[in-house]
Amino acid sequence: MKIVVPVKRVVDFNVKVRVKPDGSGIDLQNVKMAMNPFDEIAVEEALRQKEAGKASEVVLVSVGPAQAAETIRTGLAMGADRGILVKVDGPVEPLGVAKVLKAIVAAEQPGLVILGKQAIDDDSNQTGQMLAALLGWPQGTFASKVVIDGASAAVTREVDGGHETIALKLPAIVTADLRLNEPRYASLPNIMKAKKKPIEEKTPADLGVDVAPRLKVIKTGEPPARRAGAKVASVAELVGKLKEAGVI
Amino acid sequence: MTTLLIAEHDNASLKEPTARALTAAAELGGAVHVLVAGTNCAGAAEAAAKLAGVAKVLKADDASLAHELAEPLAALIVSLAPAYDALVAPATTSGKNVMPRVAALLDVMQVSEIIKVVSPDTFERPIYAGNAIETVQSSDAKKVITVRASAFKAAGEGGSAPVETVAVASAGDLSSWSGAEIAKSERPELTAARIVISGGRAFASAENFKRYLEPIADKLGAAIGASRAAVDAGYAPNDFQVGQTGKVVAPDLYIACGISGAIQHLAGMKDAKVIVAINKDPDAPIFQVADFGLVGDLFQLLPELEAALPART
Ligand SMILES: Cc1cc2nc3c(=O)[nH]c(=O)nc-3n(C[C@H](O)[C@H](O)[C@H](O)COP(=O)(O)OP(=O)(O)OC[C@H]3O[C@@H](n4cnc5c(N)ncnc54)[C@H](O)[C@@H]3O)c2cc1C
Repeated sequence: MKIVVPVKRVVDFNVKVRVKPDGSGIDLQNVKMAMNPFDEIAVEEALRQKEAGKASEVVLVSVGPAQAAETIRTGLAMGADRGILVKVDGPVEPLGVAKVLKAIVAAEQPGLVILGKQAIDDDSNQTGQMLAALLGWPQGTFASKVVIDGASAAVTREVDGGHETIALKLPAIVTADLRLNEPRYASLPNIMKAKKKPIEEKTPADLGVDVAPRLKVIKTGEPPARRAGAKVASVAELVGKLKEAGVI
Repeated sequence: MTTLLIAEHDNASLKEPTARALTAAAELGGAVHVLVAGTNCAGAAEAAAKLAGVAKVLKADDASLAHELAEPLAALIVSLAPAYDALVAPATTSGKNVMPRVAALLDVMQVSEIIKVVSPDTFERPIYAGNAIETVQSSDAKKVITVRASAFKAAGEGGSAPVETVAVASAGDLSSWSGAEIAKSERPELTAARIVISGGRAFASAENFKRYLEPIADKLGAAIGASRAAVDAGYAPNDFQVGQTGKVVAPDLYIACGISGAIQHLAGMKDAKVIVAINKDPDAPIFQVADFGLVGDLFQLLPELEAALPART
């Protein structure tokens, strides 16, 4: 069984982004980029399934600019087998990405697609569910555990009240939550090896997919600012202030 | 125009995010119908009928809908969609799970976690962990929207909408539910609580987390939250996590104890009315958003705080 893992190039999670003063978007000049952290968890999960003998090959796909090849390389250095870059300049929405991935899935015929549950740039949390819909496959979102057993997968999900476990018939879609695993660091030899692994390039047009955005971004603004208040010297002073503020 | 709101409920009653998402749904301007999909969900359907501003309740009662599995629930919503201009759900784990599936089946780009309705096709939503707010206009004929519940006031009661039963098509068998571990708690729900007290990595153990936070939560009638670090380390269960990728809360009072204030954590709590931070590091970033900061060792300060609070009446 093949596992496909889509990976997105996003602003590094440590960066506090700046909104452009003219409201036209986020300033991404000279900002450190990295693989979306949830996608790293997805790659790790695919690798562990392969190492456990549940999968034969791990194929990474990124939909994005030429530099997204670096993101694919990061995953290849972790241990994935090969990559596919679907080149798009400019923003692509989850629906467009899901359509591209559907075409890739049609060609690759994986038994499982593991995605991150959300990308930390647009925070949409949609692509996995949309891909499942377009393929007519079952979905196990926000996964904290995945056990593959023959033709089905048991997926433990993080839900509002705790955990639940569902059984999915394969092929299926899984989206990774934070506690699914802890991604490995790439070793130096693996980084060297990754340089020789193949990355195939395509365009949405090659795949017959229209990725034109449906949402028009009218403005990107700053959130309401919150000012730091004062330090209090003691618990008694704190309790006094909270009573004054009417919150206790 | 007519809007269909997908209710979040436990079959017997509605969960609070439903009434909050109703406020957003009503702001779209049209009549609002509420879908209550579940098993033996008459109680929740009646509760929905009582919400102010609901024109009609659709009750879909079927064994296949018992566990909010995405496949049958999405199929049901899509079967009802032709009659609606907008499909809305609170951005709970259930809403986040099912609505993008609905959107893709309808070839619509969903607008996730809106915090404001600017006009029936234009919305504000946070991106980059809330470090920017995007105003987006949807060009899709039908809108599919999830609502950040903490950004809207809950609709009141006083309605008396008719309850109509809708047919549920056969669900298929792509997925099945095996079991759940859902914590029962006497405390208010994290996303609905007026006061939240949260703990971070500083607690160093699950015992400490309980021992130092629970007595204060009891006295304040507060919900307990946690940072990701505290959850990852096993001090607190996963559903306590507040933040960009956990729960988003906007209580009257948020008390962050031994939490550094990473942007991912701030994303989940910086809309609280009053923020208190207790941290031994005077330079911890959490103090940059705190109204009241107390510098010191929480193992000493929290028992003092507990003692200083009046007993709960
Ligand atoms: C993709 C991604 C998603 C994430 N999502 C979330 C999320 O949803 N929510 C979230 O919270 N985090 C999230 N994080 C993690 C986040 O980046 C931080 O790592 C995390 O919030 C840190 O938790 P903390 O503040 O408890 O721990 P730390 O940063 O280690 O802070 C501990 C604090 O406790 C203080 N302290 C220590 N001992 C004491 C004492 N005795 N008394 C008083 N103070 C003390 C220290 O001074 C320090 O400030 C995410 C990260 C990533 C990469």
